[in-house]
Amino acid sequence: MQILRKQIHPGWLIIAPLLLLVLALYLGPILNILWLSVTDPEPGLGNYAKLGESNALARIIWTTVRICIITTLFSVTLGYSIAYAMVHCHQRQKNYMLTLLLVSFWISILVRTFSWLMLLGRKGLLNVALEDIGLIAEPIAFMRNELGVLIGMVHYMIPYAVLPLLVSMEALDKRVLDASRNLGATGHQTFWRIYLPLTMPGLVASTLLVFILSLGFYVTPAVLGGGKVLMVAEYISVQLLVTLKWGTAAMLAALMLFGVLAMLWIMSRFMKLSTVFGGSSQ
Amino acid sequence: MKTGLFSLFNRVGAWVLLLFLVTPALIAIPVALTPKRFLSMPKGEYSLRHFEKLFTSEEWLSSFFQSGVIAVSTSALATILGTLCAIGLWRVSSKYSEMVRAFLLLPLIIPQIISAMAFYRLWIPLGLLDSYAGLILAHTILASPMVLITVSASLATFDPKLEQASKNLGASNWTTMRRVILPSIKPGVFAGALFAFILSWDEIVVTLFISKFNVYTLPRRMWNGIRENTDPTVAAAAVVLIAITFIAFAIFAIQSRRNAKRIT
Repeated sequence: MQILRKQIHPGWLIIAPLLLLVLALYLGPILNILWLSVTDPEPGLGNYAKLGESNALARIIWTTVRICIITTLFSVTLGYSIAYAMVHCHQRQKNYMLTLLLVSFWISILVRTFSWLMLLGRKGLLNVALEDIGLIAEPIAFMRNELGVLIGMVHYMIPYAVLPLLVSMEALDKRVLDASRNLGATGHQTFWRIYLPLTMPGLVASTLLVFILSLGFYVTPAVLGGGKVLMVAEYISVQLLVTLKWGTAAMLAALMLFGVLAMLWIMSRFMKLSTVFGGSSQ
Repeated sequence: MKTGLFSLFNRVGAWVLLLFLVTPALIAIPVALTPKRFLSMPKGEYSLRHFEKLFTSEEWLSSFFQSGVIAVSTSALATILGTLCAIGLWRVSSKYSEMVRAFLLLPLIIPQIISAMAFYRLWIPLGLLDSYAGLILAHTILASPMVLITVSASLATFDPKLEQASKNLGASNWTTMRRVILPSIKPGVFAGALFAFILSWDEIVVTLFISKFNVYTLPRRMWNGIRENTDPTVAAAAVVLIAITFIAFAIFAIQSRRNAKRIT
């Protein structure tokens, strides 16, 4: 006991409650799901083989990946522009911008999805307004298709894209830019050859973060897709709650999980993960 | 830096984008004020009947209450567990503790649908489906990483010499924790508690899987309202939620401004 006490730091005693809780009630069932993916309904790789056989599954995965890539492209590009503007303006203006960003960050996902439903529907505000000013004769289908899902997802993801970019841009030594200008580079050159490469870690982190979050997105695609755009998360929920097929759902979850972990690993090559999550960078 | 034409253009664009982020949610306000029985934009006439229905409907009130109970319990549990854990990790600070920290952040980054599946899987044999305990436990596991992050950020600026000084002066571990460490990381603990509350208050994906009839949280009822897409009461509920977000945000902003003043 005495030796044990010397070996183990007393700090572990207060780490233990949360650690044990997460191990038992979170890691445990997740491992169980991974196990199910190769044992249910029968042992073997049958569930994974379905990927090659079933066109429906392949289509769902392709839809998910495509929507995630487009969402990420838009969110990160727009996020970069916001972060850039925030870093390069007066403190006062920056505070206002940050407030807007965080407020939107904290507005409930359900409220936002509901609002899009009101705005984008056939008789939604957007269509009515466009008809009133005579731009369109027939309502445009903004939802129940990929366009609606994309609008909702990009809108939700932009704040997530901005935050890592902001961290990375604020850490950048502004004198480097002055040096570049003094040495005769144009503003254009300074941006593309100095600024962008120096903020690359933030850019990579934000890209991967948004992509990871988009992969498992459930609420917005389910509502704004209106059943027409089936993504992996919704498919999993149908498998579990309606058709009760754990095997296929577990296989899809395992694929998603490994994808996410692989991306986290790549991300950790570029920057300390803790800084992405707003923690300390020690 | 001199503001170039491009920068100016970009700044205007950024403002437009930021407004694009916030304003769509505000459409819930006029929709909630419609005098009609179905979801529509009011045309000249306004009515508060849907707010009246929201605040007199037993179903909605019980959902508000249940969500409140679950979010407060989650916030309390996650704050205690997360704070203790953060202090422990900070004290140990070894290679292993950093691995444990990375592991404990996983519930925040693993897709919610997978978390939902995991809880659903385990809650069936444990008999926790559709119970307060089940929801609170699941939400606590999802919310603790938030507390871990905010408290760790506070601890990063805390001088470990203060802890040693306290111990050298004869204070016990417990006294040091209560009178030296906790007061100086209070902002982090407060922020963590608030984040945990919001996370639980707003959680829908896991809730959809592990609750059914007994426990019917506010997001769950809103989800139903959104899917049915007829009853304007859901718009009134959305307005209340937006108001709560603004209030919580104002409290948080005032608190952090006060803290910033104290430091400088």
